[in-house]
Amino acid sequence: MPLKLAPNITDPDGFYQELIDSQRDLDEQAAALMNARLVLLLANHVGDRDTLSEALRLARPAAR
Amino acid sequence: MSQTFTPPHYAWRPAPEQTGGLVATHPVIVIGAGPVGLTAALDLAARGVRVVVLDDNDTVSTGSRALCYAKRTLEVWDRLGCGEAVAEAGVRWQVGKVYFRDEMVYRFDLLPEPDHKMPAMVNLQQYHLEQTLVERCLASDLIDLRWRHRVVSVEQEAGSVRLGVETPDGTYLAQASWVIACDGANSDTRAMVGAPFSGQAFQDRFLIADVLMKAEFPTERWFWFDPPFHPGQSALLHKQRDNVWRIDFQLGWDADPVEERKPERVEARVRQMLGPDADFELEWVSIYQFACRRIDRFRYGRMLFAGDSAHQVSPFGARGANSGVQDIDNLAWKLQCVLAGVAPETLLDSYHDERALAADDNIRNSTRSTDFITPKNASSRLFRDAVLGLARDHAFARPLVNSGRLSLPTRYANSPLITADVDSFDAPSAMPGAPCPDAPVELPDGRQGWLLEHLGAGFTLLVVGEDPAVDQSAAWPMPLARLRVGHDFFDRAGVLAARLDAHAQAVYLIRPDQFIAARWRSPSSNQIRAALARSLGHH
Repeated sequence: MPLKLAPNITDPDGFYQELIDSQRDLDEQAAALMNARLVLLLANHVGDRDTLSEALRLARPAAR
Repeated sequence: MSQTFTPPHYAWRPAPEQTGGLVATHPVIVIGAGPVGLTAALDLAARGVRVVVLDDNDTVSTGSRALCYAKRTLEVWDRLGCGEAVAEAGVRWQVGKVYFRDEMVYRFDLLPEPDHKMPAMVNLQQYHLEQTLVERCLASDLIDLRWRHRVVSVEQEAGSVRLGVETPDGTYLAQASWVIACDGANSDTRAMVGAPFSGQAFQDRFLIADVLMKAEFPTERWFWFDPPFHPGQSALLHKQRDNVWRIDFQLGWDADPVEERKPERVEARVRQMLGPDADFELEWVSIYQFACRRIDRFRYGRMLFAGDSAHQVSPFGARGANSGVQDIDNLAWKLQCVLAGVAPETLLDSYHDERALAADDNIRNSTRSTDFITPKNASSRLFRDAVLGLARDHAFARPLVNSGRLSLPTRYANSPLITADVDSFDAPSAMPGAPCPDAPVELPDGRQGWLLEHLGAGFTLLVVGEDPAVDQSAAWPMPLARLRVGHDFFDRAGVLAARLDAHAQAVYLIRPDQFIAARWRSPSSNQIRAALARSLGHH
């Protein structure tokens, strides 16, 4: 299952707002913990190891 | 001081080399009488090889040290006649609980598969284990245990090794065809050979304590991440024999080892953990920093390295002594075949191939556990805490919790000695290169037994169904024992058939260490002979 890179989120503006709102009242530490939990929840949903490896590769900042 | 155990002191005696007797070259000298060296002596003696064991001390281990012994290791000792004694002396456990801060987030059960002779894991203080092994060695005419004989020099010549040995009555030279160095992580022998020992040291310190107490805790392994009694660090509680409990505290890199070792300091930590009314006594305390390292080659000419002298792992997952004993399981039969002239010396290179693979597997697993338990940066700690927080409520996160993974034997996949499948089998635990799984069997006289008890000391052909024709006129490198299911014993429960996918017709070639060398449905005599030759390093 290759990583989907074409738009796939229904209601992108609504999703983005929900994401931002969900952390609006959190301090930096709490938001970072929430992001880590989110990564783990979504990673388990994806499951496929190759897809996860590809996402890790793409997410990491490119070396300059 | 231990109240539950009085260490034996074994008498020093001068060697025959020192008393003027005529001394021939010993077939094998083992350096170090710890669990690995003593197992080496027992395994070689079981194969009819005379062996001398040199140890610089005169007693057994101080403190519980290795503690956990896994099923495969118990099976090796059972092959050597002491598996039942160790399993009975030890504490059996199978439930583990993981706590994060003040609540339990996860409970696991090793759920050992039924129908194996040996349990998944037992806990036994290393001194009890060593004492049992020493007693077995003393009962053998083939084993010469020499206490307070310290190796101070090593010299390899064509065909033999000469060791300089220091004793209370001066030094002498001992000569051997082969030497097995089982002298631990700080092996002097390895240093004398000049072998590199490289890897990763972890920037953390741990306190381990043996605590004597009458506690009502169940026989379980309890592991805490960031507990209220020891904030920011981890802790472990594990039961041993004789009401002794093993407690580990992670201390962090900045801890002062001298200060932390002081009894009043340790007692305060234990009291913090167990509560103000706890009634306990300290038996033994040690501070350690751990590392994962491996020797570059397990064989240096006629010198073979086994156990911690060849590989060092972090303690999570109990892979130190377990992998050392399994090194010997792999090495002893090969050495015997070389000494008997049925295999070329190059067979011993396969000891490196197979056991370096296992060492790397153990190092990988224990490094992963260590990375989970002691996160290296703020981001790793965040993920670790996220996993632990999620594990409480969601099953999906529990497999990510890593407080040490159960030590399982490594399959020698791609070993040059193993013959790949040509026939199809649906038996994932009985692949070529894996140890033969155990199963209950019934003997013709009605007695109950176990498959592994009946495998021969040499190579065994385990046959289900029609017996393959074996060409007796052809040259065979060594004799092959034949074990026929339904003839030599019966598989009443059908467990053997299920584990080996051997319902109607199957033939397994099993090595002297009980590992599967090859398997077929209906092999020809030539196929069997070729697999046997390959297993002995004739290619």
